[in-house]
Amino acid sequence: MLDSLLAYPQTLLGPLWPAVWTLVKIIVIVVPLMLCVAYLTLWERKLIGFMQIRIGPNRTTFFGISWLAGLAQPIADGLKLLVKEIIVPTGANKFLFVLAPIMAIMPALAAWAVVPFSPELVLSNIDASLLYLLAMTSLGVYGVIIAGWASNSKYAFIGALRSAAQIVSYEIAMGFALVGVLMAAQSLNLGDIVKAQQGGAGLFSWFWIPLFPLFLTYVIAGVAETNRAPFDVAEGESEIVAGFHVEYSGMTFAVFFLAEYANMILISLLTAILFLGGWLSPFPASWGVLGASSFGWLILKAFFVVSTFIWFRATFPRYRYDQIMRLGWKIFIPVTLVWIVVLGAWMQTSLWIWWK
Amino acid sequence: MFWFFAAILVFAALRVITARNPVHAALFLVLAFCTSAGIWIQLEAEFLGIALILVYVGAVMVLFLFVVMMLDINLERLREGFWSYLPIGAVVALLLAAEMALVLAGPYFGLDEAPRPASSPAGYSNTKELGRLLYTDYVYPFELAAVILLVAIVAAIALTLRRRKHGKYIDPAAQINVRREDRVRIVTMPSEKQD
Repeated sequence: MLDSLLAYPQTLLGPLWPAVWTLVKIIVIVVPLMLCVAYLTLWERKLIGFMQIRIGPNRTTFFGISWLAGLAQPIADGLKLLVKEIIVPTGANKFLFVLAPIMAIMPALAAWAVVPFSPELVLSNIDASLLYLLAMTSLGVYGVIIAGWASNSKYAFIGALRSAAQIVSYEIAMGFALVGVLMAAQSLNLGDIVKAQQGGAGLFSWFWIPLFPLFLTYVIAGVAETNRAPFDVAEGESEIVAGFHVEYSGMTFAVFFLAEYANMILISLLTAILFLGGWLSPFPASWGVLGASSFGWLILKAFFVVSTFIWFRATFPRYRYDQIMRLGWKIFIPVTLVWIVVLGAWMQTSLWIWWK
Repeated sequence: MFWFFAAILVFAALRVITARNPVHAALFLVLAFCTSAGIWIQLEAEFLGIALILVYVGAVMVLFLFVVMMLDINLERLREGFWSYLPIGAVVALLLAAEMALVLAGPYFGLDEAPRPASSPAGYSNTKELGRLLYTDYVYPFELAAVILLVAIVAAIALTLRRRKHGKYIDPAAQINVRREDRVRIVTMPSEKQD
């Protein structure tokens, strides 16, 4: 059906067709992602509101329909940011100042190229996709560093330095957690990693059980990597105003925001894929629709993880900086290293039951 | 595609040494790493290409930028000794150029010396092959390199580690073990009468 529909533009465009088709696929991924980001901000405000016994945004609405109250908030926010003036501070390096938000959002979006949404649905099914993801998440720090330096502001600079040190530290723990995953799955390909969790035991054949310490490390390092509370010292309002993006206004600020939330969704989707069985269903296959593996399960799991991110923010006070470093270097790295050795030994014995 | 990447690579590499601002130079180095990773990926070495981005761009250059940003460099003072250092610098540069010319123009180097690598068959995994080679044929050199790196890490830390004299370090275990009774004293006092 799709093939016959595509035949006409294929002949029309000729050699340009592969490029155009890839672009279409990218848009099909990025546009829903941007919508998810917009509504994640609303969900964050609403959820924290519920946790603090408030209502949250409940005024803006579409065409005055009362039961949609609050749902237009992200659109209104986006419009406001879009029409605000972008102020470049005096003494700032103009080119790098504008480049910084682009450097922040570019890897956040590029990483989505290898994310599998279902066994067949993936933009680029490369072999080393796990490595690619690690590389892309590590590039995000450039946006922050360049922003801090180009702003010509002390607060922004301190924020950038904090963020650089933090992201580099937590990336190591995160990388070791991923080493455990690829050992257990025997593959760097995300689709194969999900397939390796396809044991008969539903919920219990996923990697979160044999890799439990790595699972925890990955989630917490993911929170730190995306600069979310309680690890958001890069923008700690009470100490350095707004950190690295203190000088940014309007759309340049919004792009940083987009990148942060896109990264948040990415990390939670990856947690779902690597440790929570991706699109596999937690129920036995005999349960009909509930037992079938589907895209919906992946979304549900990712939504759960993203909500725990917000939950963290509502629960924990901000870490002190030296405690963040201590947690990263002296706790997470030893824990992951020990668990990799344990895992290696475990996999050699008959006690290892996570094979298909 | 190769020429596209190669042109950017050469331009970025040139700007690394000609840029006035050290931060710009470091950022151009990042660009150079990215484009060379692109060239490697085109050579079907995707593991090495991504590893280059991950290690050099993602970690090494971040720390490098970190240091360069905090330096307060006075360009005038840097240029003071230019003429006195020029002869030595020129000799070293000439030597380097001569060495490179000897290698590049030598009989064992050139397009016709290296045969065009055969395209890898479908289902060939670059990562798997590399891992197999590293842990079988080249296991001793690999382990040796790892040990040398470890020694370098230990040496670097040993050289720079010093205890602060008046450091305010507090044992985290002691911090966690603090109980409310140690810090807060609750005083009960009768309410006073209003005049």
